[in-house]
Amino acid sequence: METITLRIFRGDASGGKLVDYKVETFPNMVVLDAIHSIQAEQDSTIACRWNCKAAKCGSCSAEIDGKPALMCKTQVHDCKGDVITVTPMRTFPLLKDLVTDVSWNYRMAAKIPPLTPRADVAGSPFNMQQIDVDRVQEFRKCIECFLCQNVCHVLREHERTDAFFGPRQMVRIASLEMHPMDDLNRREQLKGEAGVGFCNITKCCTEVCPESIHITDNAIIPLKERVVDDYFDPVRKGLVALGLIKKSKKAPLNSVPNDLTKIIV
Amino acid sequence: MDSYETFEYDVLVVGAGGAGLRAVIAAREAGCSVGVVCKSLLGKAHTVMAEGGVAAALGNMKSPDGMNEPDSWKVHLTDTFKGGAFLNNPRTVEIFAKEAPDRVLELEQYGAVFDRTPEGLIAERPFGGHKYRRLNHVGDRTGLELIRTVQDKAVGVGMSVHMEVTLTRLLKDGDRVVGAFGYHRDSGNFVVFRAKAIVLATGGWGRMYQFTSNSWEGTGDGLQMAYEAGAELLDMEMIQFHPTGMAWPPGMRGILVTEGVRGEGGILKNNKGERFMFNPEYTPPLYKGQFAEDAAEAARWLDDKKNNRRPPELLPRDVVARAIYKEVEAGRGTEHKAVLLDVTHRGEQYIKRKLPSMYEQFHALGAVDITKEAMEVYPTIHYTMGGVWAEPEGCATTVPGLFAAGEVAAGLHGANRLGGNSLSDILVFGKRAGEGAAAYAQSTKLGTIDSSQITAELGILMQPLGASEGENPYKIHQELQENMQHDCMIARTEEGLTRALNKIQELKLRATKLKVAGTTAFNPGWHAARDLRFMLNTSEIIVRCALQRKESRGAQWRLDYPSLDAEWGKKNLVATKDGDSILIKERPLAEMSAELKAIVEEYK
Repeated sequence: METITLRIFRGDASGGKLVDYKVETFPNMVVLDAIHSIQAEQDSTIACRWNCKAAKCGSCSAEIDGKPALMCKTQVHDCKGDVITVTPMRTFPLLKDLVTDVSWNYRMAAKIPPLTPRADVAGSPFNMQQIDVDRVQEFRKCIECFLCQNVCHVLREHERTDAFFGPRQMVRIASLEMHPMDDLNRREQLKGEAGVGFCNITKCCTEVCPESIHITDNAIIPLKERVVDDYFDPVRKGLVALGLIKKSKKAPLNSVPNDLTKIIV
Repeated sequence: MDSYETFEYDVLVVGAGGAGLRAVIAAREAGCSVGVVCKSLLGKAHTVMAEGGVAAALGNMKSPDGMNEPDSWKVHLTDTFKGGAFLNNPRTVEIFAKEAPDRVLELEQYGAVFDRTPEGLIAERPFGGHKYRRLNHVGDRTGLELIRTVQDKAVGVGMSVHMEVTLTRLLKDGDRVVGAFGYHRDSGNFVVFRAKAIVLATGGWGRMYQFTSNSWEGTGDGLQMAYEAGAELLDMEMIQFHPTGMAWPPGMRGILVTEGVRGEGGILKNNKGERFMFNPEYTPPLYKGQFAEDAAEAARWLDDKKNNRRPPELLPRDVVARAIYKEVEAGRGTEHKAVLLDVTHRGEQYIKRKLPSMYEQFHALGAVDITKEAMEVYPTIHYTMGGVWAEPEGCATTVPGLFAAGEVAAGLHGANRLGGNSLSDILVFGKRAGEGAAAYAQSTKLGTIDSSQITAELGILMQPLGASEGENPYKIHQELQENMQHDCMIARTEEGLTRALNKIQELKLRATKLKVAGTTAFNPGWHAARDLRFMLNTSEIIVRCALQRKESRGAQWRLDYPSLDAEWGKKNLVATKDGDSILIKERPLAEMSAELKAIVEEYK
């Protein structure tokens, strides 16, 4: 049996420190296994979120040797050196040890109106080709681990949670905006409170996505283009003014009630 | 009671998986104020682990001759009875099979994006025990699609979401349930909910076993809260062993390998390379002649489902799990006591498109490339058919004010659940429970809560933190898991079950004195202490029911009573709380109507 050292952040909002724990490993052990073993045998007070342990639920997000990752998907043998450092996601307020308050993400999600089918298809089975839904399905792979939100420098360094919903919500809006049957014009929200303009395409979010969603290229950039089309393209503006094209065929966003849901933590 | 944070709702939904969130939508649409309590973060419930698809007879699939497969709710109903070895509640199955297609189509309107057929409709895949292609799916991540869809819809209709709150006791006013008590996981602060009606949608309980596909949440708290409140528990011996859990590497043991792998043509082999499911003794009489009998026919079935029979790998889960168990017991398993599941013949591109999350799971977690190598699999604890009895019309339990839907409820699946039926179960009965609770709430007022109930619960909760001596709950949990895995697993005997029962009673006694360090603030050790007590009592009920049912039916396989018994086939086992002991009664199974009998006769 080989032994490794896990260096885990212990503490809360008032402060904390890194504490070392020795753990016996087994083949293909992941970081979450190591933490469970410490909880069962050494210290049951270590706070850590997890659910499925199969990279499907997105609960066990943390920073492993400084890199944002799922603890259930990171094998201890893939970590370099004898010591593995595990710290909580830095962007969100710390609750305890490895657990942070991610409720802000849910509050922003609640501001995004759900799918609103066009009148001609509402209530009857959709007829859509696979090729037309492929790009939406990519976005719907999101497991809401919030690692993309955690590395987004608009949120992490500049702390602009007041101005930008973050990559996760861009992916969500893209999944609705590109849905063949959706009838809401979401561009006003994108330009306004969702703040798509704040993203300057550093692609850090794409890099950490455990579902390999091309967040920047496939979601955010096309959304930026749509906002530019509607608000900043002088030719389009002229054509709309002359009545040659319509600004949007879709229903305005304010037709859907918003913020009915309360997230209580 | 005034000293605790208190919330009031018309309807309180406990659990935020598919059933809970579908109940939220229904209760909101009926005009009620709704609060929902999630044990974890919103959207992380066990529904995300469902992979293969949601079963509903849409009949979208075409045979090579261009004709649609003649699927209907009647065939789905018949398959569900056969799969459940006819222990199912007939009316529950009828409602389920009839309403499942509407519930799936409704998901599309809410935003679910299913895989498509060439005609642009929802694609359906074959699955164990289903006569036709019936599993509406999104690759192998259907559960994620489903929970995210109802989550977004529920957020849209409006609810109050209480994340990371664990409830440990239902509060009563006389006979009626009027509230619930628990704690916030992060702060450890206690919280009281008052509601006119409560929907229990807390899922199943697999954590008392060593190898399970269940997450930490599956400790049976919802079940035990209902039991404590006086609800009837039905068919508790019926626990599903999913035939294909990961068997290697050790840390991944028990994690689910979707039945979709077999639906897409995956084959099971023993260590001699034999495709053992062709062994005729593994096919039960009810299914004789309905499955391919050689590899050539099974291979032709992949492209022509009309003129060929399904491969025997697609027999119901209890059947396949027993076959794998027997192969390994006979020494024909791999070095890790497993069998091989091989889908490499479908080619890399096909596998990555249809089974992307399985590819990723084995690649990232097990360093196995399933497009090139076989997977090692062994049965894993997966699902609980038994649970809180809920009548099918509005999902009321036997306790006034308390409703139940989804895995925590019982009646639909009988002795064995067919794959894909759980996802349609949570939609059909989640909706009905929400409506049932809303109607009840609209006919009544908030009750009053006698605070002695809270004082008693606090005593149990706080015992381990103040203790000067006592045992580590993790240690007892580990012993319970070993005990259940060894003596109440797939093959059961009177001797083993009796041993299990004695051990549980010993552990129950030891668990009255636990010791945990730290405070109530986000303390997994403290959570484990309360969970352990729930798991111990649940285990005892399971073992007692398994002892009492002296036959083999569905998931209940007794080596000492190896056959179906016609008399036992007419009876459910009902467990209730009787003071400090568990009362188990036999109750006649509800009679199938003449109409349903005729349907089953025609389509079986």
